[in-house]
Amino acid sequence: MGRRAAIVGFGQTKGSSSRRDVTGVELINEAVRAALADAGLGIGDIDAVVIGNMDHFEGVNYVDMWSVEGSGGVMKPVFKVTTGGTTGTSVAISAYYHVASGMFDRVLAIGWEKNSESDTTGAIITAYDPFWERPNMAGAIGGLAVDASRYMHDYGATERDGARVTVRERLHALNNPFAHLQQEWMRGKDAVFLVDALVASKENKVLAYPLRMSDMCPRTDAAAALIFAAEGTAEKIAPIPAWVLAVANRHNFVYYGDLDWSRNETLEAAAKKVFATAGIREPLKEVDVCELYLPYSYAGLAWMESIGFCGPGQGPQLLWDGVTDMDGELPVNPSGGVMSSNPIGATGIIRVGEAAIQIMRKAGTRQVGKDVNVAMATGFGGCYWADVMLLGRKKPV
Amino acid sequence: MSGKKAFLEGRIKVPYKWYAGETGSRFLSALRDGCELWGTRCPGCGRVYVPAAKNCWECFRPADEWVQVSDTGTVESFTIARRPDEMFGLAPPVVYGLIRLGGAGGSLLHIIGGVNPDDVRVGMQVKAVYAEKRSGRILDIKYFAPLGE
Ligand SMILES: [Zn+2]
Repeated sequence: MGRRAAIVGFGQTKGSSSRRDVTGVELINEAVRAALADAGLGIGDIDAVVIGNMDHFEGVNYVDMWSVEGSGGVMKPVFKVTTGGTTGTSVAISAYYHVASGMFDRVLAIGWEKNSESDTTGAIITAYDPFWERPNMAGAIGGLAVDASRYMHDYGATERDGARVTVRERLHALNNPFAHLQQEWMRGKDAVFLVDALVASKENKVLAYPLRMSDMCPRTDAAAALIFAAEGTAEKIAPIPAWVLAVANRHNFVYYGDLDWSRNETLEAAAKKVFATAGIREPLKEVDVCELYLPYSYAGLAWMESIGFCGPGQGPQLLWDGVTDMDGELPVNPSGGVMSSNPIGATGIIRVGEAAIQIMRKAGTRQVGKDVNVAMATGFGGCYWADVMLLGRKKPV
Repeated sequence: MSGKKAFLEGRIKVPYKWYAGETGSRFLSALRDGCELWGTRCPGCGRVYVPAAKNCWECFRPADEWVQVSDTGTVESFTIARRPDEMFGLAPPVVYGLIRLGGAGGSLLHIIGGVNPDDVRVGMQVKAVYAEKRSGRILDIKYFAPLGE
């Protein structure tokens, strides 16, 4: 298990289509300053830095070096982590490992991306095997569309079910001043009315069947940073530290064709592992809030089942019953989630940070209305790779 | 196929558009429009960054005092690249120098020209020679040439 560790600070920049006023390095600096200010620390208090993004999105292949002006990593141990879409959660997990190992007391975890500076699809294609998949594939949307159409086939889910997930994320994003997409026209409107509007809209074009524009996340420029601290130090920094209860990552295959498209095996296995570690038997009852890496709408149906919040095919029911809305039994993505901001390398850090601030009671207008003792954050990337981090108000036993 | 080693030739071509940000843009505009070199000074430690940096690396605070620096400097070290490379845009021989401009806290990596490569020396005084057509990039300084004796 290692030494106990907690999150004691979180900072992020507001998501934006294009931050032309700053370089990537300067964007990183804004998030790091915000995290340090949140924890009441100076850069001199930081023992090590873990940083991550996807190199090809900005075309800088040595980000750990390039970013020190922003990261504050000058003359400190700096460690770069890149694992695709899971980069942010892998950075957080790695920073946690640094502290849990006993080697470092206060570790800064940074994720960032300026998607505006490149062609996201072009860059994603470079992640795939040059022989077997690069000549044929068309970036991220195609893979997710295949996932959605299989789920619809297996359980009779409809595009209205997908749109209902979108509506939840959009409405939640209106409570989050850092969210990229702020669809003001949706504010205060009824969920069924909004679902009907999305499904009937002519402007809401199909990108790859069954996915329309409204089913996808945006491309975002943003940076985010977390500070992890060891037991004994954490309590002195934060009035309510967010303790790491359990982490897991599960990675499986390289090729799309090798996946079992009827389920999300890595998320299933990683969730099972963290629940076992934390002694959680009934996830829906025992987890109080979630920040899940749902990059597209239908993931809010199928992946809820993979995590074990409901049985196979029951995702739509859980959703329509309002269980995952802000006032539901298990609020999912009070931040508006990935569907509202996707600065890829920062996205996982934001999931973990948003889960942490629910425990720390620092979520402001997006604070859920109930006590938060256990919060869950996930990361998604690669060829359906999963990271999961479970945070708690109480120290793990 | 037996006996043949299959291979695939490729080239990664992804378009990029990097923004210099407000700090970098101010440096590049002054270079392009006025052939002036400006740095930023950190009020904490006094270090002057050329090209201008938004934040002091040492003090982790904004380096927000703009100061004009001399376009004359000293060669801290150099080398002569003599082999051509397909991925490199300049024709060899190219003299690379680290040039410490008057008042700057570090050296600027640039090209030394207007001189026989064999005559370049560490400690030599050089001065910026500007490109006639400037477009807001670091090669708006064409090269640094030795100051006449
Ligand atoms: Zn300084």
